[in-house]
Amino acid sequence: MSEFLQHLINMLVLGGTYALLGIGLTLIFGIMNVVNFTHGVLYTFGAYIMFIVVHQLGVNFFLALPLAVVAGWLLGAAIELTLLRPLRGSDIDTTMLVMIGAWIAMQSGALWIWGGVAKSVTTPFPEAPLVLGPVSVSWLRLFVLAAAAMLIVVTYLLINKTKLGCAMRATFQDRDTASLMGVNVDLIYTSTFAIGSSLAAAAGALLGPVYVIFPQMGDLAAVKAFAIVILGGLGNITGAVIGGFILALAEELGAGYVSSGYRDAMGFLIIIAVLIFKPTGLFARSERVG
Amino acid sequence: MTAPATALSVEKVAVHFGGLVALSDMNFSVGEGEIVSLIGPNGAGKTTAFNVVTGFLDPTRGAVNYRGTALNGLKPHQIADLGLIRTFQRTSVFPNDTVYDNLLVGLHRQGRVGLLEAILGLPRARSSQRRLRERASELVEWVGLERRAYDLAGSLSYGEQRLVGVALALAAEPSMLLLDEPVSGMNASETHTFVQLVRNIRDRGVTILLVEHDMPMVMSVSDRIVVLNYGRIIAEGSPDVIRNDPAVIEAYLGQGAKRA
Amino acid sequence: MRAGVAILAIVAFASVPLWLRDPYLMNALITTGIFIIGAMSLNLLLGFTGQLSLGHIAFFGIGAYVSALTSLGFDVGLPFGLRIVHVPWPPIVGFVLAIVVAGLCGYLVGLLSFRVRGAYFVIVTISFAEVVRLVALNWVELTQGPLALTNIPSITVGLPGLGDLTLRTKLQNYYLVLSVAVVTYLLISRLVHSHFGRAMRGLMENETLAVSVGIDVTKTLTLAAVISAGIAGAAGSLYAHYIRIIDPEVFAFINTVTMVIMVITGGKGSLAGPVVGGMIFGLLPVFLRPIMAPEAQWIAYGGVLIVILFVLPRGIVPSLALRFAKPRTRAETVAPVAFSERDAKEHA
Repeated sequence: MSEFLQHLINMLVLGGTYALLGIGLTLIFGIMNVVNFTHGVLYTFGAYIMFIVVHQLGVNFFLALPLAVVAGWLLGAAIELTLLRPLRGSDIDTTMLVMIGAWIAMQSGALWIWGGVAKSVTTPFPEAPLVLGPVSVSWLRLFVLAAAAMLIVVTYLLINKTKLGCAMRATFQDRDTASLMGVNVDLIYTSTFAIGSSLAAAAGALLGPVYVIFPQMGDLAAVKAFAIVILGGLGNITGAVIGGFILALAEELGAGYVSSGYRDAMGFLIIIAVLIFKPTGLFARSERVG
Repeated sequence: MTAPATALSVEKVAVHFGGLVALSDMNFSVGEGEIVSLIGPNGAGKTTAFNVVTGFLDPTRGAVNYRGTALNGLKPHQIADLGLIRTFQRTSVFPNDTVYDNLLVGLHRQGRVGLLEAILGLPRARSSQRRLRERASELVEWVGLERRAYDLAGSLSYGEQRLVGVALALAAEPSMLLLDEPVSGMNASETHTFVQLVRNIRDRGVTILLVEHDMPMVMSVSDRIVVLNYGRIIAEGSPDVIRNDPAVIEAYLGQGAKRA
Repeated sequence: MRAGVAILAIVAFASVPLWLRDPYLMNALITTGIFIIGAMSLNLLLGFTGQLSLGHIAFFGIGAYVSALTSLGFDVGLPFGLRIVHVPWPPIVGFVLAIVVAGLCGYLVGLLSFRVRGAYFVIVTISFAEVVRLVALNWVELTQGPLALTNIPSITVGLPGLGDLTLRTKLQNYYLVLSVAVVTYLLISRLVHSHFGRAMRGLMENETLAVSVGIDVTKTLTLAAVISAGIAGAAGSLYAHYIRIIDPEVFAFINTVTMVIMVITGGKGSLAGPVVGGMIFGLLPVFLRPIMAPEAQWIAYGGVLIVILFVLPRGIVPSLALRFAKPRTRAETVAPVAFSERDAKEHA
């Protein structure tokens, strides 16, 4: 039983960050209809920013997180402006392939610059975990959970309570009508991609210190993000949050009770299963973002 | 005088999109060898009806039968195999292929040979290919597009693309042809030519159902006309009957009356 | 003209071992040839049927493992206390089985994936390949996991009356790969120009229209997937028996990307495109190795893919063909006049 509780705790921590990943992608995929293969790279990018900022620039760990988010935002905006905007109107295959090219180039860049040896980030938290009855959780992971929760709330507020969020939701429903209503669709697209990318970077920045940082870490993250989006339904933030926790649960239980080698297969299996049996996702409310 | 055998029968068809009733209790039939037109003001449900009849939309209630076979639940390619071929209003061609190659694709139902025979280039496959090429040439001439045969279909004018679309449909050897707004975008002389084409097709034994807005065209080509408004049939009969039907005139608010 | 170019190319390729003595380059050519076969199979789905199958390496890798395991033999335990013991069979049988099993996987993927289209199809195919990789990595009893299957025997061909010939040297393998590549090219060429090929094209160009003239989407796409997967499996088998070591890294996504870059750059939807693209991206790493680290090369390749998609989206071969095509005379619009003339004659 205590083992189960331990898995549950782990699941909450993991699920929170997965939710960030998923929200970011569901916004991009949902609003812009772009299969964003660079999402995983942004995750990796966020993690490496943490490494650089903390270890090479000597900045405080807690300041490094917002810096990583901002860096992710900037990189996302840059990608959208240079690669996606010129291709607006092309078929989805071309956009997908361009994203793949960008993915390969950027990941190879990370490999070239930092090498394949994994890096770790030292954190200011005490080594000893917090013990609550039968379960223990490290301070770092608690921090990760809290930070993820906060970012999820901020995103919710952004999408549902701000003018920008309203414009994003309008564009999701009907791009042409939105632009006729005065929404600057170009700006919305860049903002969406930037926001989504910053969330991926945040997820990487949070999980990087928990595990280790290496150039290919984003590959699995990308697939998991797609699994979450497919689970939760395109453009559905709540669905992405729930999907993130479901995936984390599946991974924890799978690793704990089946085999740890296949842990990462959970995401893929979910994708395949959902798309075969319920292609619109478990919570599809295709008319709404938010 | 015996009535023609029924080719297509639409019985009690209703289509609901959620709470919206697009079609309610539609009943009509098309006899073998007839030319029937489906008309009505914008929003009357013509497109919905057309999609039901061609198998691209399953009705919420009711049944569509073609020569006794129910169409409900059949996939579009199965409906094509029954001999029911439709045209499209937009994207009526394969734009990046030549007109000639377009027709070769349309001849799909005619050219079936085993895959292995095709790969090995066996005589049966080769003679089948030859026959198909001859037929494609015939069809190009028949719609008068020989000089454009080797141009990309996407480069043709709107009206010419429609002709390619019809030739494509004919290539599939239909026993019934369903035309979706065939003359929209055509000028008067192209329309006149098209009417001749439709009559020629019917003379070759093909039943025809068409949806159209162009009243003079409809009046001149149809044996019978079915009028829709608000998802229901409000009148049915020969062009003369329809021309003078008060319900129809009212539905069109004088537009039909002036032009017919 | 086209046939002449093809024959010239075959002769040119066949003559290479007569003047090329560098074994390192020979090796590069052989592996390039194998990847070209894989690229041609991907092109069948991507270029001729319009399906972006990004899990294609799975079929290649499955072919490699099936062929290797068939010729090495294995001994595995299954659930419920079952045990399967397989004695080694001749590699040529492995080659055939590789095609069959890969083709079967193509069939399954086709059935499953064509329920979902567009972007979701891409995601499912990627997932499929990754699941296969994880299985290869974790089912150690069967695949040796990351320790790799080693000492895979070379292919032995039996010539009637002349006895068996084991293809061990680079020269022999070069001609083996060349032969398979030529056969593959011919097969795909015939397929594309057949009735079935037109169905594939119709689906790619305008699916709604194609369906309305009786083309069966599922059947066509599934058949294309089976053939495509089978060819990829054959390539995988050649790879296994040439390199003679196979590990789960054969399923890495980067290998699919390699084939995709070859096809897109060379020209999807053209027969010669994957060959040209394959030659470029198969041999470029060899020539760039002294001056650029592999990671740096991949930055460049990613960049090349992007640039090609922006600047030359059709790819090299179709763009060249367009450049040198005979200029068309402008056709006049014909319909009204000609038709009424004929019409007048008919009713006269």
